Amino acid sequence: MAEGGPVAELSVAPDDRLLGERIGGGVLGDRIYVATITVFALCVPLLLALILLEVAVAGWPALREFGVGFVTSSEWDPVQEHFGAAPAIFGTIVTSILALVIATPLALGVAVFLSDYAPPWLRQPVAFFVDLLAAIPSVVYGLWGIFVLIPILRQHVIPFIRDTLHLGSLPLFSGTSYGYSIFAAGLILAIMVLPYISSVSREVLLAVPRSQREAALALGATRWEMIQKAVLPFARSGIIGGVILGLGRALGETMAVTMVIGNRHDISASLFAPGYTMASLIANEFTEASGEMHLSALMAVGFVLLVLTLLVNGIARWLVWRVARYAEGHRA
Amino acid sequence: MSGAPRGSGPTGRQRAVAERTARTILRRRVVNAMMTGVVALAAFATTLPLVFILFHLVRSGASALSLDFFTQMPKPVGEPGAGMANAIVGTLILIATACAIGLPVGIGAGLYLADYGRTRMANVVRFLADVLNGLPSIVLAVFAWQFLVRPLGHFSALAGGVALAAMMIPMVTRTTEEMVRLVPTALRESALALGYSRARTAMSVVLRTAGAGIVTGALVAVARIAGETAPLLFTAFGNHFWSVRLDQPIAALPLQIFYYATSPYDEWHRLAWAASLVLISVVFVISIAARFATRSSAGSGHGD
Repeated sequence: MAEGGPVAELSVAPDDRLLGERIGGGVLGDRIYVATITVFALCVPLLLALILLEVAVAGWPALREFGVGFVTSSEWDPVQEHFGAAPAIFGTIVTSILALVIATPLALGVAVFLSDYAPPWLRQPVAFFVDLLAAIPSVVYGLWGIFVLIPILRQHVIPFIRDTLHLGSLPLFSGTSYGYSIFAAGLILAIMVLPYISSVSREVLLAVPRSQREAALALGATRWEMIQKAVLPFARSGIIGGVILGLGRALGETMAVTMVIGNRHDISASLFAPGYTMASLIANEFTEASGEMHLSALMAVGFVLLVLTLLVNGIARWLVWRVARYAEGHRA
Repeated sequence: MSGAPRGSGPTGRQRAVAERTARTILRRRVVNAMMTGVVALAAFATTLPLVFILFHLVRSGASALSLDFFTQMPKPVGEPGAGMANAIVGTLILIATACAIGLPVGIGAGLYLADYGRTRMANVVRFLADVLNGLPSIVLAVFAWQFLVRPLGHFSALAGGVALAAMMIPMVTRTTEEMVRLVPTALRESALALGYSRARTAMSVVLRTAGAGIVTGALVAVARIAGETAPLLFTAFGNHFWSVRLDQPIAALPLQIFYYATSPYDEWHRLAWAASLVLISVVFVISIAARFATRSSAGSGHGD
């Protein structure tokens, strides 16, 4: 049966005049019902527009005052009322990329494991386990970060990288570190975005037609060759979509990052140095903002973050949607 | 068989080809086996953080949990018997506020999307719901602050509830749509054929059939917002005292975890662990229950 067809026709074109009086409210009831759900549906675009408007209006004074300098200057001085958000933007991008670099291979591994390797009885539990990572509140990740991850980093990981591997002279790993760092934030973010990337990738991999796999196997490919040559290329844009979706999450993640990044306005080449992200900057300074311009600057940071995540999410949705549409066309 | 003449053995060249083929096959098999190991290892490694986090939560949180935690108010450092009664009630009030705003809008929009699934407006609404879902929670806090806190002049539970509702709406919209789409076409058509109005069909047939799924979706959304801290930072703000008023700042468990975790006192750290354990227990119980609810309803199919 063509799915959706009859329903769509029935409900899209209800000719009330032909149906006359009906049980349960009749034409008037229907009008009220349709009007109600239409209004609720319109709430979604309205809410989004309202959010954009309010944040833009609130950030406008700072954006107008500092112009392009707002995103290029790294001077953040509430006393002199000069605000440049470059360190926060830098920190946001670096932590997010770090998170993706760590999380993507793992997430892909899990997704492939779940779609092509795991025995059926193991699929549901492992998928559920990974999904539970997404259910842990951000603030709990932060708590764990402060009391478990950071001590481990400070006592074991950072000395190991510097002294045992002799990488301490590289700018990337230089400077004194107390554990609170860009690196810690990236690590926590990696755990947090992993379930998003893996669940999208899994769905995309499962959407790859069976014939694609069978054709590869019939040509004599091993299982890995099948995945590498027939499955992954087919799913590529969907997987990239999942990764970018993860990027969107990482860019806006607030609490866990605020608790472990060290909160310092500084652009440093070292991953072990403390930094700031846009979200943590807002979270940290908002309630203590010293004046109207400081507040407006924080709102403007929120606006930059908003625009950035809108762009990133838009691209991601488009990529995932493209694969989903292709798979749907093939199933029909 | 057909190529080589009968009786003569393989030529040197044929032997070399055969050897090369054997080597290639061996290499491909080794790579295949290695990748199986790598993939399994990735899956294993991914489950580790969850195990670690739960382990530390239980170890550090369980010892700090007592009846006092649920019944007593926060106390200054050093005083025994401190609890988070106000934060627990505050979180419940915030969730209720968010649900009061978010559920009708989310479910209504979901019904619309399921009904008008292929129209241009439905596509736009669906896309924007996804966009809304992807917005950082801190941005929603900024919005709620500008929209409610600034005009009213003070922090309030209502502003926190609005920020949480903005998170909830897109989630509920999408799950409602999915659940309503699962309602068999025949069921709706029968109701319409019997002369039921569309409104009545939606209320007594569609919502009733999809009800369990919609409730599950709503619960999952509640589980998500229950642990959110960022939207509350400068909206609900937190409160050291007992307050149940919507127009006043209100305490919340996640906020309390944040303040206590970043404080210098060991005792407060222990309370933060305890609060995290409570919070995560609630979130996990809802997630697991939802998981089983959707699986059993999917398993029974369109039977009844």
